[in-house]
Amino acid sequence: MAAPPSSKASNATTPAVVASGLSLVFQTADTPVTALSNVDLTIARGEFVSFIGPSGCGKTTLMRVIADLEQPTAGRIEVNGTTPEQARLARAYGYVFQAAALYPWRNVLRNVLLPLEIIGIPAAERRERALKQLALVGLEGFEKKYPWQLSGGMQQRVSIARALALQPELLLMDEPFGALDEITRDHLNEQLLRLWERTGKTVIFVTHSISEAVFLSNRIVVMSPRPGRIIEIIDNTLPAGRNLDVRETPEFAAVAHRVRLALRAGHSYD
Amino acid sequence: MTETRTPLRRHTLPVIAVLTAVVLIWYAAAVWLNAPQVSERLEGIGEPWGWRELVNGTWSMERPVLPAPHQVADNWWTSVFDTAVDSPRSLIFHAGVTLGATVLGFALGMALGILIAIGVVHSAVLDRGLMPWIIASQTIPILAIAPMVVVVLGSMGYPPLMSKAVISMYLCFFPVAVGMVKGLRSPDTLQMDLMRTYNASAVQRLFKLRLPAAVPFLFASAKVAMATSLVGAIVGELPTGAQAGLGARLLSGSYFGQTIQIWSALVMAALLGVALVAAVRATENATNRLMGARA
Repeated sequence: MAAPPSSKASNATTPAVVASGLSLVFQTADTPVTALSNVDLTIARGEFVSFIGPSGCGKTTLMRVIADLEQPTAGRIEVNGTTPEQARLARAYGYVFQAAALYPWRNVLRNVLLPLEIIGIPAAERRERALKQLALVGLEGFEKKYPWQLSGGMQQRVSIARALALQPELLLMDEPFGALDEITRDHLNEQLLRLWERTGKTVIFVTHSISEAVFLSNRIVVMSPRPGRIIEIIDNTLPAGRNLDVRETPEFAAVAHRVRLALRAGHSYD
Repeated sequence: MTETRTPLRRHTLPVIAVLTAVVLIWYAAAVWLNAPQVSERLEGIGEPWGWRELVNGTWSMERPVLPAPHQVADNWWTSVFDTAVDSPRSLIFHAGVTLGATVLGFALGMALGILIAIGVVHSAVLDRGLMPWIIASQTIPILAIAPMVVVVLGSMGYPPLMSKAVISMYLCFFPVAVGMVKGLRSPDTLQMDLMRTYNASAVQRLFKLRLPAAVPFLFASAKVAMATSLVGAIVGELPTGAQAGLGARLLSGSYFGQTIQIWSALVMAALLGVALVAAVRATENATNRLMGARA
């Protein structure tokens, strides 16, 4: 492994993300919109953290700030001990969007190869790496298919394999299963959890499904809109190694209830 | 039931129906347009004449106002198949000369159009500064500048092929530039954000995202450009007293009142245009297959 440019970043105890007093105000035509207001958050390495909240609560914006796709207007943020821009330039994270955003003129294998071509991995190695990621998301045998030949769930799995191909320590997932049916979503949730347990990556996951957040995460960051801010950060007491049956337990219901109460508190002001 | 129809019924029958209608209208128009001359001549002979003599006369004149389809077909057949290819009476020879200028002008126009589009998409200065000039360039009638291009390039020692190709290029870079600007800007926000998360360079974004995304736009423009390029090459042969090419053939036909020769050269130009656009379409289909498009 090549050492990252900053000596601070190579320290394994450096948190994946540290935000303090983070704010972002969008200048729109009529009035400024406060997308994020005074956000304080620390995410340790290896955590699975979900951002949950209604539309407009800034959960996607916060994720995009971490990814250096938006610039905060106040406060501080560090990713792997560096600025988000340095982290992006070092290709420190993989981003999975709401839609699969596959390139339709590339087949499955070549879509996963794309990031590896861009960072200049030698041809033989990038093929090996891409095939490994496709196996990880259960898509062996689909290498030659084009995106239009796949179901929505399979397309999203390709996009996860594509994000994993960079071998990032940090995986940013923005409502990746939001457009899928519930059966497919359950299946992919379980696969994602197994993947996280096997790889030990840090995962930040945006969702508006309470059961998805409780099932997947160590910690659940509950957010509220107007202005976008953090209401409460809930530690998930459910044990590791969960399967879908855990959702029928009283412990699961108790955590979900806490999340629901926090979401309701976020709405109490109006 | 659409799905039980054979390709013959879906494609061939409509074409034959339209073609038959065109030929019938053409014959009728030939009678109508040539009738004054023919009836004058029949009166001059002084013998009694009727519809049969009139119609036969209008369809067999040597220099008709509008030649009948079979006269044009006969002339076309003779000048294509019964004439030596290197003879100045061979339509194959003239079509070949025009084809060379068309294809060269098309290639130059595609290259120029793509380069302009890449510049416009990557530079706000070019976007604002260049587009008005490009649009203005297309408002100048090509007939006005064609002679100047021929004279200037000729005096610089370029062969006629080059001046015709430049005129073609001038006409056909425009649809390519406009189509490609739209095509290069067609990737959506997520596809562009993805490139940003990879820290991709502008060159990588161009070759791995913008250009592949622009391919459907490129082929739509290329079909227009190819047809326009043929028009440009023919126009380039008109004002220059060119000895060879379909334009020269049209011009000499009109000097000598050889209307049948004009029409047969026009038919040749139309067939050439159809063949060239079909070639672009075949390239498009092959490219689509390579790019995994839905069959």
